[in-house]
Amino acid sequence: MNSRAFRRHLVSRAMTAVIVALSFIAVLALALILGDLVWKGASSIDWAFFTRNPVPAGQAGGGVANAIVGTIIIVGLAALIGVPIGVGAGLYLAEYGSGRLGFVVRFIADVLNGTPSIVVGVVAWMFIVRPTHGFSALAGSVALAILMIPMLARTTEEMVRLVPHSLREAALALGYPRWRTSLKVVARTALGGIVTGCLVGIARVAGETAPLLFTALGNLNFTLSVSQPMQTLSLQIYVYGTGPFEEWHRLAFASALVLMGLVLIISLTARWVTRQRHGSVR
Amino acid sequence: MVASANTRLRLETAHLTALFGRHRAVRDVSLLFPANTVTAIIGPSGCGKSTLLRCLNRMHELTAGASVTGEVLLDTVNIYAGDVNPVELRRRIGMVFQRPTPFPTMSIYDNVAAGLRVNGKRARSETDQAVERALQQAALWEEVKDRLRTSALALSGGQQQRLCIARAVAPEPEILLLDEPTASLDPAGTQRIEELCHELKRLYTIVIVTHNMQQAARVSDYTAFMYLGSLIEVGKTNDIFTKPKVEQTEAYITGRFG
Repeated sequence: MNSRAFRRHLVSRAMTAVIVALSFIAVLALALILGDLVWKGASSIDWAFFTRNPVPAGQAGGGVANAIVGTIIIVGLAALIGVPIGVGAGLYLAEYGSGRLGFVVRFIADVLNGTPSIVVGVVAWMFIVRPTHGFSALAGSVALAILMIPMLARTTEEMVRLVPHSLREAALALGYPRWRTSLKVVARTALGGIVTGCLVGIARVAGETAPLLFTALGNLNFTLSVSQPMQTLSLQIYVYGTGPFEEWHRLAFASALVLMGLVLIISLTARWVTRQRHGSVR
Repeated sequence: MVASANTRLRLETAHLTALFGRHRAVRDVSLLFPANTVTAIIGPSGCGKSTLLRCLNRMHELTAGASVTGEVLLDTVNIYAGDVNPVELRRRIGMVFQRPTPFPTMSIYDNVAAGLRVNGKRARSETDQAVERALQQAALWEEVKDRLRTSALALSGGQQQRLCIARAVAPEPEILLLDEPTASLDPAGTQRIEELCHELKRLYTIVIVTHNMQQAARVSDYTAFMYLGSLIEVGKTNDIFTKPKVEQTEAYITGRFG
């Protein structure tokens, strides 16, 4: 081996080592967070944690049943509002959005995507909480939906654009009207990707705290009424994590672990859906 | 002209010009496609033969910036007249593309039934019959009859193309447009499609675009040669290939250019 080849070999090895190290650091952050949560939170997770509501400060025991149910209700409702609008907007952008209106919608979606979530919370407070004179789970859901919509619009657009033009033409040549081509052939072919996008969007807003501070507010009691303030895991972590009691800190870590688990399950589902649909987007 | 007295006229273009923006891809083409015949359109790449085909079912205008002047007459009705609905027109004119385009989310059965369903609801048994008939016309029935509910993507390329033919003929169109239907197939698949052309012309008027001159000679009754957007010569396939009248045609079919 001559010296130049040897040097190239060395540089190649060194570069490989560097990128392996960098990706290791990237994964390390997640590993540390998860490890820390399991370390400090896992021991507090028992049956009562899931089934009981918070007890007054200073007392031992109690759970976060109200926050778990609240998270599911608020995020579920947000998805119910946000998914149809977001996916619909994405379909519009991909199929009809080549004109000026499409450009404007796309631009607004991108700006909204970069808007700090706390601003969205303030907006929801201004337009829903203040006129109705009360914090409510519904206001929280609307805030989360506003965060979700631009994300879903853009991912849906990307996914629909992946569908080959030839399929669209084949449907049109069969005498499909344009709307039917969009829905029955194009959107259906992109469905796997769209569902994945929705799940990722839902997982992202499930952990949001700031927009809920002004809207859902939080509630130490169990409630199913969306017109009342409602607790979520993220609000629970915020309150308990910044509180003075050791017991609260313990519960905050456990709540964080449960929230991470929830997000992880949604993300894994998204992965699974993508795999099931593999090959449908060609 | 091409049509002899005993063939009923089905489709005709009159001074048809197709444009992309200001570029004239098809220039002043007047051409007859007699009923129940196969007409092949040949010519070098970029001569406008596919564009001409796409004008016949108003697919050309779907491209941004595309436009058409002149007329396309289907049974003496100009399909570019204001009161003709292009979506309904396309249900009367089937089309098969260069590459197989089965709908990936649909089963074999649903692919074939797709064109029937946009024509309105019909009884289950009626759809079953139409699907079987279409698959038999496309010579695919024997190969798929036991797996109609499986994904169309599991079929081979040649089978997928025959599936697309079945899908195109299921609504019983009057015209069948084939845009280089064998371009992505192996010789065996190509042969099956060519045999199909002979079978199907009893039922449909077929227009086939091909860059393969042997194919044109094998499958067609009439051949039209196009060059740079213009129709150079048209006639009985046998005449075009044995005694072309125009120098350019002879040069092309003998392989001296194109």
